[in-house]
Amino acid sequence: MATDNQTRANMYRTMVRSRHLDDRLTEQYWVGKTPIFAFGNGPLPGELHTSHGQEPVAAGLCSVLRPEDAMTAAHRPHHLAVARGVDLKRMAAELFGKKAGLSGGRGGHMHIYDAAVNFSSSGIIAEGLGPAAGMALARRMQGQPGIAVGVIGDAAANQGAFHEVLNLIGIYKLPVVIVIEDNKWGVTTHKSASTAIERNSDRAAGYGLVGEFVAGNDADLIREACLRAVERARSGGGGTLLEIETARLQGHFMGDPSAYITDDRKAYQVDPIPRYREKLIAEGVLSEEQAQQIESEEQALVNEAIAFALDAPYPEPEEALEHVFASH
Amino acid sequence: MSNQTNTAADNPGVGDDSSQKGGARIMTCARAQREALEWEMTNDQRVFMLGEDVYGMGGVFGTADGLGAKFGKERILDTPISETGFIGMAAGAAIAGMRPVIELAYIDFIGVCYNALVNYAAKTRYMSGGQLNVPMVLITGTGGGYNNAAQHSQCLHATIAHMPGIKVVCPTNAYDAKGMMHQAIRDDDFVVYMMHKGAAGVGWMGPTVKTTLAEVPSEDYTVPFGKVRVYREGTDVTIVGVGLSVHHALEAADQLAKDGISAEVVDLRSLVPLDREGIMASVAKTGRLIVADEDYMSYGVSGEVIASVVERDPTVLKAPAKRVCVPDVPIPYSRALEQFILPLTGRIAEAARSLF
Repeated sequence: MATDNQTRANMYRTMVRSRHLDDRLTEQYWVGKTPIFAFGNGPLPGELHTSHGQEPVAAGLCSVLRPEDAMTAAHRPHHLAVARGVDLKRMAAELFGKKAGLSGGRGGHMHIYDAAVNFSSSGIIAEGLGPAAGMALARRMQGQPGIAVGVIGDAAANQGAFHEVLNLIGIYKLPVVIVIEDNKWGVTTHKSASTAIERNSDRAAGYGLVGEFVAGNDADLIREACLRAVERARSGGGGTLLEIETARLQGHFMGDPSAYITDDRKAYQVDPIPRYREKLIAEGVLSEEQAQQIESEEQALVNEAIAFALDAPYPEPEEALEHVFASH
Repeated sequence: MSNQTNTAADNPGVGDDSSQKGGARIMTCARAQREALEWEMTNDQRVFMLGEDVYGMGGVFGTADGLGAKFGKERILDTPISETGFIGMAAGAAIAGMRPVIELAYIDFIGVCYNALVNYAAKTRYMSGGQLNVPMVLITGTGGGYNNAAQHSQCLHATIAHMPGIKVVCPTNAYDAKGMMHQAIRDDDFVVYMMHKGAAGVGWMGPTVKTTLAEVPSEDYTVPFGKVRVYREGTDVTIVGVGLSVHHALEAADQLAKDGISAEVVDLRSLVPLDREGIMASVAKTGRLIVADEDYMSYGVSGEVIASVVERDPTVLKAPAKRVCVPDVPIPYSRALEQFILPLTGRIAEAARSLF
């Protein structure tokens, strides 16, 4: 079934929002970090893994999810959080370490939690997969609707947790979709050097799951594959392992010179957003004016969130001691 | 009286407990913790159990003995040997509103799932700014003394208790075993419930240690965390114990009494939260402190207990504080070697005598 124009326009909107957020974060990241670079300096400290290039995965995937579905993401979560509908202002405030942040400044950019939209992320590779399986299990035990999606990078498919959880999903027939964002890199190690087979989606067969590889980093193709997987989960057909080819345009972390990405490996380094824009205009989904309007609206929205975050107060230092336990 | 008979195949007591409503019964720790779990599963649909060999076998301590038949495979969930996977899954289910109770038969196996425990379950509440709770219980067996060597005999109290975000309890008698299990399941935080194999009252550990048996009310009740129990009052020396060491300390106190030394035996009961004031109160009274802990000595709970005293008032000590622990070696296999390194009654009594 072809995706309707409104959905496609919304996917474009989501990608633009995510990209502008990452662009603004990049700009802020370098404040205070030149001429001497240190992770801890400036208004946006710590490591920063932006999602430049991976936006189509989030846009396509989240376009098929429902509010009751749960999502766990990894250390590169911005695009997924944005597409899932995480509160943008409070997310931005969290990234800047502010009291108004989603976690009051305790989490930061790799640890984004918004319970209101069932979103969480974790900085330990493949660690979110077990919890995703559990969130799906809980929904089934409670007789509640909803599935769970666990998103990882391709290098995470060599973690033990990945294999253990795929097996659990298989034996318990859990309504879980595991999405691998295949950007070909685990920090500086190319997929061909870390992974014994070309496509991780083939590993699904070892666990009784359906596996599918999605090439092209195209939001429409990604959405269609995600829809198949999600419908399978919702209808009791069990889990799916989707590997979605994508692009990592800004290195592993901000400041990564990416010199290891040799010319012969730049084939995937294509920006998917202008390409999708051209496609939507060529197919009459959007006019040039409508595309520009989306872009200006999203830039305004993101700018407002960044301004909110920059203006927001820092937490009181003693707040570091709160929230270890729910009681005592 | 039920004792020593807690394997699934050899347990005439299964299901009999409910027929004795209205009165306290003398029970083993294993039976008592099982009773609390059964009550919680009966009364709270959010509670479910998962672990290796829990459905058919009831787990290695009989914690789920008979519960598989009663609650079915959906709520007594047998898992593959994939602790990282299923503990992560339990944490996700807890976040999503369930109350999972996990059995990790031996604490030694924590090496394969430490990340799921300390980086995920323990930290999610904090990193989410209190948005998400992880109300799950991990039941695990600790300790040696049965010649099972270095990978099935550890206590690892400090390895767990050191990490922020985990409540850690070590019940030592049947009354606490039941009440702390109720509390652990009802608690909104992640609780590690450590039961020393030698205190559990399971047949394969030999005769049940008598002081672990206790009268257990048939109704549900909670034992709040964070309060020491003074097992035996004394005036000359405080012996603080954890887990099975409490029972060795009681025996040592009997021996010391013959020498005219009055020992007070304090059961920590809970490592997190730790009742530092309760420790201090006893040591302030006796002026001497022995800590008996079957964990490795260095960087451990024993040092933490001593620090709790000296940070408050070092002048209460009339003699140096002493640690009776496993010297910093892996637990050996041979009986001769293992008995030498365990903090057993003789070593505790000897340490106490050395203070006078």
